[in-house]
Amino acid sequence: MPRLVSHPDEVKIISRRFGLGATDIGKYIELDGYKAVQAAISKGPEWIISEMKASGLRGRGGAGFPTGMKWSFVPKQSEKAKYVLVNGDESEPGTCKDHLIFLYDPHAVIEGTMIAGIAIGAKMGFIYLRGEYRYLLKIMEKAVADAYAKGFLGKNIFGSGVDFDIVTQTGAGAYEVGEESALMESLEGKRGVPRIKPPFPAVVGLYGGPTVINNVETIASVPHILLMSGEAYAKVGSERNGGTRLFGISGHVERPGVYELPMGYNLKKAIYDVAGGVRGGKKLKAVVPGGSSTPVLTADEIDVGLDFDQMGKAGTMLGSGGIVVLDETVCMVEFALRTIKFYQHESCGWCIPCREGTDWLKKSITRLHEGGAVDKDIDNIRYLAENMLGRTFCPLGDAAAMPTIGFVQKFRKEFEDHLNGRGCPYKHSLEREEALV
Amino acid sequence: MADVTFTVDGKKLTAPAGTLLIDACKAAGIEVPAFCYYPGLSLQAACRMCVVRLEKVPKLQTACTTTVAEGMVVYTETDEIKQARKATIELLLGNHPLDCPVCDAGGECELQDMTFKYGAGESKYVEIKQHREEQQWSPVVYFDRPRCILCYRCVRVCGEGMDVWALGVENRGVSSVIAPNGGDHLNCEECGMCIDICPVGALTSGTYRYKTRPWEMNHVGTVCTHCGDGCKTTLGVRAVNDGVEIIRGDNRDKSGINGDFLCIKGRYAFDFANNQERLTKPLVRQADGKLASVNWEHAIDFAAQRLKEVRGSRGGKAIGVIGSNRTTNEENYLLQKFARTVLGTNNIDHHRTADYAAFTAALQGRADREASLRDFASAPAILLLGNDPTEQHPALAWQIRTNVRLNRARLYVANHAEIKLRRQAKAAVTIPQIGYASFVEYLSGNDGVFAGNANTSAFRDSVRKEESLLIVFGSEFRGRDIASLVQFGLSLPNVKFACLGDYANSRGAADMGVLPDLLPGYVPVSAPAHFAEEYGSALPTEPGFDMVEMFDAATRGDLSALYVVGSNPVARYGMDASALKNTFLIVQDMFLTETAVLADVIFPSANLYEKAGTATNTYGDLQLVKKAADKAGVRTDFELIVRLAEKMGTHPKNLVPFGKGVRADFGQSRGVQSGEADRHAVWLAANDLEPKLSPFDPFAIFDEIQRLVPAYNVPRLNLLAGNDEHLKSELVQIDTNATRRDLVLPSQDGLYTSGTLGNYSAKLKEVVASHTTMNATETAAD
Repeated sequence: MPRLVSHPDEVKIISRRFGLGATDIGKYIELDGYKAVQAAISKGPEWIISEMKASGLRGRGGAGFPTGMKWSFVPKQSEKAKYVLVNGDESEPGTCKDHLIFLYDPHAVIEGTMIAGIAIGAKMGFIYLRGEYRYLLKIMEKAVADAYAKGFLGKNIFGSGVDFDIVTQTGAGAYEVGEESALMESLEGKRGVPRIKPPFPAVVGLYGGPTVINNVETIASVPHILLMSGEAYAKVGSERNGGTRLFGISGHVERPGVYELPMGYNLKKAIYDVAGGVRGGKKLKAVVPGGSSTPVLTADEIDVGLDFDQMGKAGTMLGSGGIVVLDETVCMVEFALRTIKFYQHESCGWCIPCREGTDWLKKSITRLHEGGAVDKDIDNIRYLAENMLGRTFCPLGDAAAMPTIGFVQKFRKEFEDHLNGRGCPYKHSLEREEALV
Repeated sequence: MADVTFTVDGKKLTAPAGTLLIDACKAAGIEVPAFCYYPGLSLQAACRMCVVRLEKVPKLQTACTTTVAEGMVVYTETDEIKQARKATIELLLGNHPLDCPVCDAGGECELQDMTFKYGAGESKYVEIKQHREEQQWSPVVYFDRPRCILCYRCVRVCGEGMDVWALGVENRGVSSVIAPNGGDHLNCEECGMCIDICPVGALTSGTYRYKTRPWEMNHVGTVCTHCGDGCKTTLGVRAVNDGVEIIRGDNRDKSGINGDFLCIKGRYAFDFANNQERLTKPLVRQADGKLASVNWEHAIDFAAQRLKEVRGSRGGKAIGVIGSNRTTNEENYLLQKFARTVLGTNNIDHHRTADYAAFTAALQGRADREASLRDFASAPAILLLGNDPTEQHPALAWQIRTNVRLNRARLYVANHAEIKLRRQAKAAVTIPQIGYASFVEYLSGNDGVFAGNANTSAFRDSVRKEESLLIVFGSEFRGRDIASLVQFGLSLPNVKFACLGDYANSRGAADMGVLPDLLPGYVPVSAPAHFAEEYGSALPTEPGFDMVEMFDAATRGDLSALYVVGSNPVARYGMDASALKNTFLIVQDMFLTETAVLADVIFPSANLYEKAGTATNTYGDLQLVKKAADKAGVRTDFELIVRLAEKMGTHPKNLVPFGKGVRADFGQSRGVQSGEADRHAVWLAANDLEPKLSPFDPFAIFDEIQRLVPAYNVPRLNLLAGNDEHLKSELVQIDTNATRRDLVLPSQDGLYTSGTLGNYSAKLKEVVASHTTMNATETAAD
């Protein structure tokens, strides 16, 4: 079990049951568990959706789409069965928040799924865990079994006359299935390749039925929102960014960990106060603010609020909330290489720009890092990334292109330092690189 | 759907709402390039080549997944778009081997064309390319991974189009690779659709690879010689020492009734033409009983004199003629005319694989009741009785599958076997092999004759509720059974029929009167009507011997001569070889077949790919046969019949009315490469004939056919342009009460066999052998 961290600036909503033994259904009930779903049943779908809209909750997977609006897109009448799908394919490098929810508060995921189901008129929910989270499946499965045993799931839940079932499923280890439609393909037993949109999942989703697909953190926030009211939840956060968020701060900080901070919390404060500042008193070089796909910020750019809109204005993205802090010892070329290696490895191969582009980026940056590049190679790397951006079938290509453009743009000097046979000036880099491979 | 108006590159266009932008552009003559988009297959949006700019949309959009909408403003060829396409090409070329100089697709490669257009001429990378060794997946399919651009067309055409699902994608990212379902080999129908659909040279053909450059071939669109579907195939041919050789068969231009479909036989099994055992010199049996090659003049003269003797001494009744299912309509027509007017006999027949005469009789001259092969791609409902189209009529199966997939056509299958098309069926019933006739009775509402159940009853109800239906039946139906089936069909609204026969021109042989009792157009010999006037001489009006009777007569000693044209009744029709001991036998064939070995004279003949004319598929679609290949030493059956008649003392003009009416070349002109033009000129001059008006011009006979057989009087210009024309149904009404012997014997050919011809296709044999080995290995592994 990971060690739990905490900081006085935290506002504990999603994480309020962490460390309190809420995996046990009795304990969960004691901590206000399964109250929200009962309220949802008695007050009905319209109330749920209006509360969700009022809460200002935006999708915690990274795209930040307003959850209440997403739910309201699902057609009321449908010939095909509707589904709720929980996206637990948390794979964005630097991100490990959903992991904690599965680990400490699995019933919140179940309860949130049920509420979403009631809101859209679905009778079945799927909780999809990434393949690498197979070890969490036991916890999730036990929670589901306990809920069934209590009669919370199954036929006629809470005497409402409504049936609701939940199925858990793991992936097979592909980052790509974090994309909602690829996840549906995977869940249906096919290759994890995204679907053509439109139609969007709200209309044609899993098994062709209207489907709401939400991130684990989004879903786990739902019962809390209903308990505290959407309005109260919205007040916690910043403008148009309701509530709190789990931020995973990693890298070269004194106290790395997952902290629940209100939306709009200052990034600089998060690094220096919450996470205790740069490790060993070293100088800060760069911050990747929301998972590896978000464009990098330099040390001068971090005085910015952590919400979707403010981060967008700063030329990057809030993303998945995985903040990676890099100190002055980091070779940015090596970091760019490590990033692109991930995307090259995870590209599903469906479309040309991503499949070929990530590979050539990897090869070019590898050569550059080793000193085998000349001046035009830097431009070529940027040209490659710019020609992937916005051209790929799904956002994975963008996820590879955006940070690469950022690295070249903001740290061009470091790229130039590697040219013409000079190789990496950060001597430790190559060894570490080998260890990573 | 209602039309919408939108603007593409400044042009105002109109198309039905819901049309894909890429199709709408194509219809308006605006090309939007694409690798992965392929009409009729599922959408991929994978290649990103068809990106276009839509006004007010932030990102470039793929035209293959965008549907047109009212007021939409589109740009397809801006600098931004050109750059996007160029970058995509650059990425593809990064890992592409650029082995264009040795690639089969060089010169007809979509990647080359796109590179040429968008100019991705600069190498941006120095790293080693992804490489994999070339693989052989089957005797006919090779895969060159480095050339593959992963457009997934092959995967889709195999799965969605063929319903075979033999291809998939393995690995992911840049390691993604197209892989066969058998691991290292294909478990499939070997159709080769994947090869033709490949936009680059990644999938290559076992018969064609590394043989030539595309521009070194001539491309001739003609009709496949194998099954009764009569697919159009484009043959790639090239001059060789002894003629013109076929190197490739494909249908990339989708111009025929078969769309883009060809099966293994159409695509690969033309190699019989180059078989080592091919006869190229006339053979005459010598006094010692051995066959020896002689020159053409001698051989023809010898045969003609013997026929003349028999005709003189015993009359036409002592001579028999057996025609072919694979010769042209003109040849079939000419053969019966020769039999009836020169030999003076009605003893003429062919290996019947379907009872077209009964079918015609049952239709009783009703117009528009016969379905074209094209109709199967659009009909709302199809009832399939008997047959296994997947094996016996692959193009029909393709049309049906496509129709079910794209138009949700309702297919009803009644069969004694578990045929593959059941997968597409809305409803299917299993009936006993001998139960087809009673099942039709049952469909008609007579419960007594067929043990029905809830399933058959629901089947019947659904079929009878259809408001527009195609009824297609196999050789399980003959004679009166066809009449009852047609009667049942006619009780439903808007029904059309199709009768399935086996060989390329079986239908033509029957239509052209290669039958003992029927003249061309099914005119009874007993009442020859206008034929008596046309043919001049006194036509025999008694029905002649059919195939079986001819052999019986030969056994009795009543048949002194037998002329067999392109047929092998001994092997294919189970006729007794010893019956012909005392019969003078002339055989025209490509090979020393089981029948030919018995002959006294053998004329080496040309096959359907080496001649011109027309052929009629089993659905009554008439198509132009164009001369594609050539073989030194062989003659067309047409020429041989004319020459034989001439040597028997009949002036060629009495057989072939050449030199009058409309003349057309019919593709008969030969290049100097074959030397045939000269050969003809010499012969014509020696016979006082006008050199340019050849008695070997099939078009002269086609004139006569069109004049005498009303059903064949279709617009000729369209036919000459290489398009199919469906016959009019006005075949002459024949006596529906006449009883004919049931002589139908289906060929029993499957996907990998093709009568006698198939025995001489090395490729078909290789495929069969590879499947046998594969099955043995897999059984051993079980």
